[in-house]
Amino acid sequence: MSTTTAMETHTGTAEHHELSFIRKYIFSTDHKMIAKQFLFGGLMFLALGGALAVMIRWQLGFPGRPLPMPLRILFPDTMAPGGIILPEFYNSLVTMHATFMVFFALMPLMAGVFGNLLIPLQIGAEDMAFPRINMASFWIMPVAGFIMLASFFVEGGAAGAGWTSYAPLSTSGEWTGVYMGQILWLVSLIILGFSSILGALNYVSTVINMRAPGMTWFRIPLATWSIFITAWLLLLAIPILTGGLLLLLFDQTIGTAFFRPEGSGEPLLWQHIFWFFGHPEVYILIVPAMGFVSEVIACRSRKPIFGYHSMVVAMVSIGFLGWVVWGHHMFQSGMNPLLGMTFVVTTVVIAVPSAIKTFNWMGTLWRGNIHFDTPLLHAVAFVALFIIGGLSGIFMASAPVDIYIHDTYFIVAHLHYVLVGGSLFGIFAGITFWYPKMFGRMMNEGLGKVHFALSFLFYNMAFFPMHNLGVQGMMRRIYDPNQYEFLQGLQPLNTFISISIFCFAATQILFAFNFLWSLRAGKVAGNNPWKSNTLLWTTPSPPPHGNFPEMPTVYRGPYEYSHPDREEDYWPQDEPPATTGSGGETVTTPTPELVPGG
Amino acid sequence: MNFFWRMGLLLAGMLAVVIGLSVITGISWLDLSWVMPDNVVSTFGPTLDNLWLVILWITGIIFVVTEITLLVFMVKYRHKEDRKADYIHGSNKAEVVWTTITFVIVMALAFYTKGIWDEIRDPNLIPADAYPIHMMAKQFEWNATYAGADGQFGTADDFLSLNVLHIPVDRPVVVQLEAEDVIHSFFLPEFRVKQDAVPGMSTPVWFEATRTGEFTLACAELCGLGHYTMGGTVIVHSQADFQDWLAQQQAAAEDD
Repeated sequence: MSTTTAMETHTGTAEHHELSFIRKYIFSTDHKMIAKQFLFGGLMFLALGGALAVMIRWQLGFPGRPLPMPLRILFPDTMAPGGIILPEFYNSLVTMHATFMVFFALMPLMAGVFGNLLIPLQIGAEDMAFPRINMASFWIMPVAGFIMLASFFVEGGAAGAGWTSYAPLSTSGEWTGVYMGQILWLVSLIILGFSSILGALNYVSTVINMRAPGMTWFRIPLATWSIFITAWLLLLAIPILTGGLLLLLFDQTIGTAFFRPEGSGEPLLWQHIFWFFGHPEVYILIVPAMGFVSEVIACRSRKPIFGYHSMVVAMVSIGFLGWVVWGHHMFQSGMNPLLGMTFVVTTVVIAVPSAIKTFNWMGTLWRGNIHFDTPLLHAVAFVALFIIGGLSGIFMASAPVDIYIHDTYFIVAHLHYVLVGGSLFGIFAGITFWYPKMFGRMMNEGLGKVHFALSFLFYNMAFFPMHNLGVQGMMRRIYDPNQYEFLQGLQPLNTFISISIFCFAATQILFAFNFLWSLRAGKVAGNNPWKSNTLLWTTPSPPPHGNFPEMPTVYRGPYEYSHPDREEDYWPQDEPPATTGSGGETVTTPTPELVPGG
Repeated sequence: MNFFWRMGLLLAGMLAVVIGLSVITGISWLDLSWVMPDNVVSTFGPTLDNLWLVILWITGIIFVVTEITLLVFMVKYRHKEDRKADYIHGSNKAEVVWTTITFVIVMALAFYTKGIWDEIRDPNLIPADAYPIHMMAKQFEWNATYAGADGQFGTADDFLSLNVLHIPVDRPVVVQLEAEDVIHSFFLPEFRVKQDAVPGMSTPVWFEATRTGEFTLACAELCGLGHYTMGGTVIVHSQADFQDWLAQQQAAAEDD
């Protein structure tokens, strides 16, 4: 393994001299600072996406009612005259909510924050393979974000063709009234794609080349595994999206007809391209959370992860299967129905690795010694909600049932169970778990638990009844369901959901407060507050530039908790094997799994 | 207070919030259906509703069992000072068992699904005697074209019906969907029918009404500003009434 040579050149890096403010906090090449930048950026966009969701729910919960006072005066007459949201603004809200959440909040929070923070620290590297590329990867995001935000202020407003931007609706302002906004949307996402690609390139190179001696493939912690797999998905999927976006941009601006039927374009081609990217994208948004949750559950139940190898294999298979299921988004699109069964089969097969992961998390909790800390609560909530999101997916995977529920609130419920119940709770687990390493202080436990309990309650109150809306046939993306007689009876339920969302959003203020307040006032964490095994926790909190004062050597897997021969219930990966057990006898390491190339 | 009291209080508090908000907004949880609404009017509708029910049972059981197990584990194996977790790395036997069981269940479901999908959507299985109607969707209206007396589309005696789809009962109908501008989706909730209308394509969708009456036609694909207004009506006539309606429209068309 070439890791040794790579690492030796870095010894002594801990003694970097003081950097200027700009080099340290703004144009930093330190992976930990870049992780923090992604964290603050991602959380800001999360708040923005949440604000848009609140506006959407205001319209659905109280249709035609002017927005409450402080919001009423914020919007010009082109968006909400007199505080009443216009249909065209509603379409922009729906589109931009999803765009910000998927591309500017969840992706940076998953890969950007934790890819950067965890990979070097968990595998024992001093930084990323390409620190400057890493810096570029972050700084592309604010540029793309600025363009996306600017689109609200151009004539015609922000893009309103849905985040899926189905052609031909998205190909011309003629159909939506949005000209410039749609172009800015495309340009912004094309630029943002480079951020993901550069980041992913770094993650893949770092994991392959820069592991500490002894860090074989099957001693890599599952969080790093999950990001490694995600990085491959990013590398392969983002260029497809970028290609598609470019073609759509050409259709918009220079009169080509890739997706416009006049001139023999194919509207369905856009859907094929979009979902061929889009389904791997779904796993880009959930697989990292699976990694964080595995880490937290094993550590906080003080038990080795159940079926480590199955967990890795399951994530890899989810990554592969993600490429052959895109057609399940298109059962009702006019795609040849004879293709339907192919996608039904590939889609339901994903239930297998998903079930393996779920049962393994439960197996890890089984006969553990579970500490009810905030990270664990979020992690277990992830498992509980992922079960719901996974099971509701089976309804849609069955093509005939999908005929009825396609494009209804059943889909909205399902995707929010995966992306909020799954990804967001996974992110909360990750932030609360690794916060002490990032900032050197603990988040407040009491506040954290209150935030968790209220989030869990309001989240379920908001999204669980959406399944019922779908069963009643309520379509997605409609400005005012009361236009349809058969949906009028659902108004009380819509109001219930809206109020629950408002409460869920308000609860997040607790999290923001806890996050900011603990930066200064949190309890000092020490190196290893959770008594975890990974290399990350052997460094000071926060780790210095260069991370490891001395090159660590890895002797065992990351989940050696509660070993019967040891007094302590954990066994750090870098602790030399010949230590003395509780009874004074010499304890031997379990034979390491040997892998070719490892 | 011990653990169970605290958890009990927490759950009671949560329940109180749910009930409180339900009372304020005026929803009754008893009215919220988990099965398809009892309004189906197409021949294959009950088959789909039945498939829904099958999946609901399978997933429902898995849901209840897994969530309860999770809860039991959380309570039973909660941290206690004097106990150490068991040093278990997994079980290949367990992995094989749950992998196989999951695989068998989902594959069985997939193949059970196949027959139903083919029956509804296989283009070769569209009933030969289905009454043909052309539907042109555009922002934000549904234009149904009937062939007229000669039974041929594209001839002078074709006539249009705007936003109202007239069909006969107990006879298959095949609607040939097209779109003029952007993608729309032809959604008949009571018929359990949904099919996108894509510009540049002509997509057939067939169904057979089982009773007369007025039903909903909706657009289910975001199609622009007025998407939410793009509704219409399906009127199912008795076969005799349908013939009368055709004759009447025919006469009106010839007068023009």
